[in-house]
Amino acid sequence: MSVELDVFVGNTTIMDKEVYQLWLNGYTVNDAVKVRMEGGVMEECEASAEVLLSDTMDQFRTFQMCERLLQNPAKLANQLLFQIPPDRQAMLIERYYAFADAFVREVLGKKLSKGTKKDLDDVSAKTGITLKSCRRQFDNFKRVFKVVEELKGPLVENIRQHFLLPDQLARDYAAIVFFANNRFETGKKKLQYLTFQDFAFCAGQLINNWTVGAVDNMVEDMDVDLDKEFLQDLKDLKILIADKDLLDQHKSLVCVALRGKTKVFNEMETNFKNLSRGLVNIAAKLTNPKDVRDFFIDLVEKFIEPCKSDRWTATDVNLYLTHYTNSAHILDSFKYQTVWTRYMGVIKSCILRMYHE
Amino acid sequence: MPGKLKAKVVAGRHLPVMDRASDLTDAFVEVKFGTTTFKTDVCPKSLNPQWNSEWFKFEVDDEDLQDEPLQITVLDHDTYSANDAIGKVYIDIDPLLCSEAATVISGWFPIYDTIHGIRGEINVLVKVDLFNDLNRFRQSSCGVKFFCTTSIPRCFRAVLIHGFVEELVVNEDPEYQWIDRIRTPRASNEARQRLISLMSGELQRKIGLKVLEMGGNAVVGYLQCFDLEGESGLVVRAIGTACTLDKISSTYTAAIVQNLSNSSPSKDMKEAGFGEEAPGVPLSSGPPTPLRAQTFSSFSPSKSYSRQSSSSDTELSLTPKTGMGSGGSAGKEAGPLKALLRQQTQSALEQREFPFFTLTGFPPAFLLHVGGVVSARSVKLLDRIHNPDEPETRDAWWEELRQEIKSHAKALGCHAVVGYSESTSICEEVCILSASGTAAILSSRFVQDGALDTDHRFEDVAPPACGFCHIPYDELNMPFPAQLTYCHCCRRHKVPDVLFTTIDVPTEANVTGKGCLIQARLCRTKKKGQGEGNATAISNLLPFLEYELHTQLLNKLKLRGMNALFGLRVQISVGDTMLLGLASATGVYLTALPSPGGIQIAGKTPNDITYEQHISNMQKKINDTIAKNKELYEINPPEFVEEVIGSPIPEPRQRSRLFRSHSESSDEVLELDLSHGKKDAFVLEIDDTDAIEDIHSLLTDAPTPPGFYSCNTEIMPGIYNWTSGLQMFTSVRVFRLSNANLTNQGLNKIFNDLCENLLKSLYFKLRSMVPCCLCHVNFIVAVPEDELIQVAVTAVAMSFDKDQSQENGRQSGDKTLMKAITENEEQLQFPLELSAESPSNPLSCAKGLSEVSGPLPSARAPSVDHSSFTDRCSSWIEQLRLKAHTIRRGSIKTMSSLEKASPVPEGRSRSLRSNRSCPGSSITVVKMTPLSFIPGAKIIKYLGIINMFFIRETTSLREEGGVSGFLHSFIAEVFAMVRAHVAALGGNAVVSYSMKECVFMENPNKNQAQCLINVSGDAVIFIRESELEATPSQTQSGNVQTSSNGEGT
Repeated sequence: MSVELDVFVGNTTIMDKEVYQLWLNGYTVNDAVKVRMEGGVMEECEASAEVLLSDTMDQFRTFQMCERLLQNPAKLANQLLFQIPPDRQAMLIERYYAFADAFVREVLGKKLSKGTKKDLDDVSAKTGITLKSCRRQFDNFKRVFKVVEELKGPLVENIRQHFLLPDQLARDYAAIVFFANNRFETGKKKLQYLTFQDFAFCAGQLINNWTVGAVDNMVEDMDVDLDKEFLQDLKDLKILIADKDLLDQHKSLVCVALRGKTKVFNEMETNFKNLSRGLVNIAAKLTNPKDVRDFFIDLVEKFIEPCKSDRWTATDVNLYLTHYTNSAHILDSFKYQTVWTRYMGVIKSCILRMYHE
Repeated sequence: MPGKLKAKVVAGRHLPVMDRASDLTDAFVEVKFGTTTFKTDVCPKSLNPQWNSEWFKFEVDDEDLQDEPLQITVLDHDTYSANDAIGKVYIDIDPLLCSEAATVISGWFPIYDTIHGIRGEINVLVKVDLFNDLNRFRQSSCGVKFFCTTSIPRCFRAVLIHGFVEELVVNEDPEYQWIDRIRTPRASNEARQRLISLMSGELQRKIGLKVLEMGGNAVVGYLQCFDLEGESGLVVRAIGTACTLDKISSTYTAAIVQNLSNSSPSKDMKEAGFGEEAPGVPLSSGPPTPLRAQTFSSFSPSKSYSRQSSSSDTELSLTPKTGMGSGGSAGKEAGPLKALLRQQTQSALEQREFPFFTLTGFPPAFLLHVGGVVSARSVKLLDRIHNPDEPETRDAWWEELRQEIKSHAKALGCHAVVGYSESTSICEEVCILSASGTAAILSSRFVQDGALDTDHRFEDVAPPACGFCHIPYDELNMPFPAQLTYCHCCRRHKVPDVLFTTIDVPTEANVTGKGCLIQARLCRTKKKGQGEGNATAISNLLPFLEYELHTQLLNKLKLRGMNALFGLRVQISVGDTMLLGLASATGVYLTALPSPGGIQIAGKTPNDITYEQHISNMQKKINDTIAKNKELYEINPPEFVEEVIGSPIPEPRQRSRLFRSHSESSDEVLELDLSHGKKDAFVLEIDDTDAIEDIHSLLTDAPTPPGFYSCNTEIMPGIYNWTSGLQMFTSVRVFRLSNANLTNQGLNKIFNDLCENLLKSLYFKLRSMVPCCLCHVNFIVAVPEDELIQVAVTAVAMSFDKDQSQENGRQSGDKTLMKAITENEEQLQFPLELSAESPSNPLSCAKGLSEVSGPLPSARAPSVDHSSFTDRCSSWIEQLRLKAHTIRRGSIKTMSSLEKASPVPEGRSRSLRSNRSCPGSSITVVKMTPLSFIPGAKIIKYLGIINMFFIRETTSLREEGGVSGFLHSFIAEVFAMVRAHVAALGGNAVVSYSMKECVFMENPNKNQAQCLINVSGDAVIFIRESELEATPSQTQSGNVQTSSNGEGT
């Protein structure tokens, strides 16, 4: 004796936020029922386990039927099958595209390929996120990537319009797409301390300042590819370290400006040339894709770590970078002011964000 | 060529990928009407094609316009092989044939395929030009309006209610044609869908013709069903109530306001003199006679068929033979004038073959008295139909059943049957036909033509609110023993102790507290059988099934401390090895009826001490339950001063016995003490385990969780401040019995649990809407296969505002509630009704005279002398010989209510909980509800009837998520298609929505399943009251605004 068929269909599709989250988290129906029972819905509504099971199965089925639409959120708004109030639609989409920080840190900067997808069970084991949920998140990344790849116009705006995501989530996806496209290395041990939001911030900086879109806003891939001309121009900055005079001049200007303003003045003075070489070398190498990938690790190794070992505070770093940038403008023989500003603006905000005390 | 149909295909979207290679589709569209087909160009390589075609024009007869649907097929062009069909859209263009309904159909329709479901959408524009308005009514019945709503639709008023219309058409079922062996399932399904669509159109046209013949212009309470008889054919049948309706227009409204003041004084005068319920008329109720008291009497097998005729109430079913000839048994209780009037009304009704009305809600003062439920069933063998392709045999079957209903009504002293419905249950070659309704006496106002109406208008003076509870039959010559008391409201007329009806709670009824859904559920095993033997076995089981259902209902009613049932619907479903019975109704406490006594249990073996103890425990439980229920449903009627005062009725403590027996345990006896006293009037005697089980099951009905109420009527008495929160839903469960050798008891428990658990799940699902009421809860039970029980529920959950209900609550509130909901009626109908009878209203009078040029008996069937019992008997015998078995039985229930003529409090609470508007969305939100109204909103236009039939089949059941996944998406698709059609008509809601049929078949081994669903409803445009409130100055001007808005849209 068994219930062979059990369905409930409302004219307005009924969706319980809590159950939706359990589904998104990749729970099986039985596990979800257990969680719900522990949550105390039963006492609240005098329901039996049987009722709970029936309700959970039914909702899981509804979500499954909706999934196809969620993968193309624009369709959700003008499909006829489910009558869902707009605020509910927004909730469904937002939660479907939400991702776990732990998960995204594992995947960020990796190629969104079949190979990566195959490794998701390792990610699942490592993060404690169910494989099903990992797959959904991964597929979301991939789907967004594929769609915006072929679109013109600003990246964030495209994501927001195509996937009807709220602004913050659209920015996060822009970062994910940007990282995946440029294959930035984020998984190295030295980078482990950085959160996804740190990277997302840096991605925002890079997108806004270093891509083609920063100068021309109607090109394909404008926001996902770095501006090649700019990268080429960065080579010119080498003069700052190659020309001994210039380097010394630069150093003395910075020292004058910082004297007495920071506790780590001595360390700064001794390290100036190393630090400057580090930053300028990063700039000069960016034409090489391999070095682009190592951008963040280079920042950490060449700048953040030395400062850390000398116990600079964030304020010190800020002060130093401000004067380091500005002083170069005063150097008479330094002709590449525009490139320098464009470069250092991003470097400064990225380093400040990445500099955890 | 009286009509030109024009269609234009605009665009498609979300089409499926038909070409794997390119991941695209080369779509084009065929537009077909009748035998003419047009094609659009191919729109290559697009999933969102823009065809923007020219206008395709079809010049057709209006007859075809009514019968045929417009058929739109979307195909994928293939250069080398045959074009693949993507899917189809059938558009019923009937709404365009009515000048007052929709003018254009325009919108996105889901493209539907019977194998794949919805596959994208197509945007289509459809218009109809009717060439000659004058000619329009000749060959066809274009222009007759159809409504599923079983009351007078909101923006109309009834000028005349002509009465019953029915029609039945038969065709060969495409699924059983020889060609089905060689064609694809898709082709077969499509043939079926198309055929049913055609037959529905034809049926509607034929009914329309009958309506025109009767002088009407509309069918209200239109109920269409189809019977899948299998080999013998496919039957589509419909019943309805022909009416002459007037649209409430602005000019009208103005006239009414004037007339209102003019007409009322004269009315008052007349009321004093001649009014039926006027205080001046002395009660002439014959010499006091001791009354035999027996609560219920119905559900008895007719003599000729009952094998176990031990039941004493058998006689009752034969009451039709006692003095029914004159049809005058009714008129004796009041003055002679009244009797005369009534006879006139009656004669007006009697000229009709069947004075039946499918309405469940009535214009004020139309329903005078209610007798009780009448029902009849018969068992037929489908393989014995002589001429299966012709409708004659089925017509005769139904005719016979209707005659029986009519005679039952007569036995109750009633000349009409209201809340009438018909249904079937088919298993292999056995078919059970059922008909039921409520015997009633109606006012002549709406049934007679204008002249008569003017003459005897005084009879139509609004009776007191308790009027409908007063017994219509002659107290001295009662058709069945009943316990009568004086009405607790007016104290002048007799009322019965309980009242069962199939109608909605009348708006004017005084109800104490709240109501609740009451269900009786029963399963009976039967042996597998064939042909005649099987039919006989079923015939023999039926009366016992019904009797027990009835007992259960009555017990459960008493357990809730209530005294009346409304919306009673008894379903009997037949399977190979069992019969299922489900009776649903809404129990209420009618203030006019006496308070029900408690239930007392008596043991039969008094010596056994433990047994005694057991009994007393049980008794305590029952008493507790009753007390708890009274509190729950807020039943605390005003103490009624001892009714003996002034009562000519002696109160003998009488006991009458009802014997209950069923095939297995015929020794079981249920004794009922139906004495008149307030307490313990109802004795259940327990003498075997069955009875104990029964009582247990009484007590196992779980109470609804806090914050929930449920009913199967339109609205719940006692709740009135609805918010706009509305959720219509359909839930289906199929239960597999793995154990083949179940006892009746075991089966009962399973069935009972199935229903209870389903309800529990619904409450849980809808918990976010609390406080809320499930209204119009409609259960459909079926036995799709040997070991399967299928239960489908459609209902609407409506949330209400709790705080207000408590403030206003109780007595005076009772009325407000109903008024609040039916505020349209309050504002529009009531004054209109009054003006309608006033001769000073030229409009209504003229209408009455011109449109009813004499009552028209149905031309088809000559009236039958139904009073002749012998005739019927012999015809039965004849049928016996034809091996078609009939079982009949009339259930006769009674009720009462009393009503203080309390003025209607004006304090109508509106809850204007924000209705979420849907900015930016291109899709119209379409509300669906089984009710005839939308709380907090005004229906401003009826756009036409929605009547859709879909088949869905799959050969990849597992891939579609198993049976649940399959059915889930199918039901969602059906909703989507209904909404799309309504939106295309320009509407934003479906009212009186119902799922008539949900036939589900599966074959998991073959990975296959098939499902058929038939839904119907009325497409409407509504506007929120809040939007109307801009001009709250006068209600009347509000109405004017509304209708002009309607025209504007």
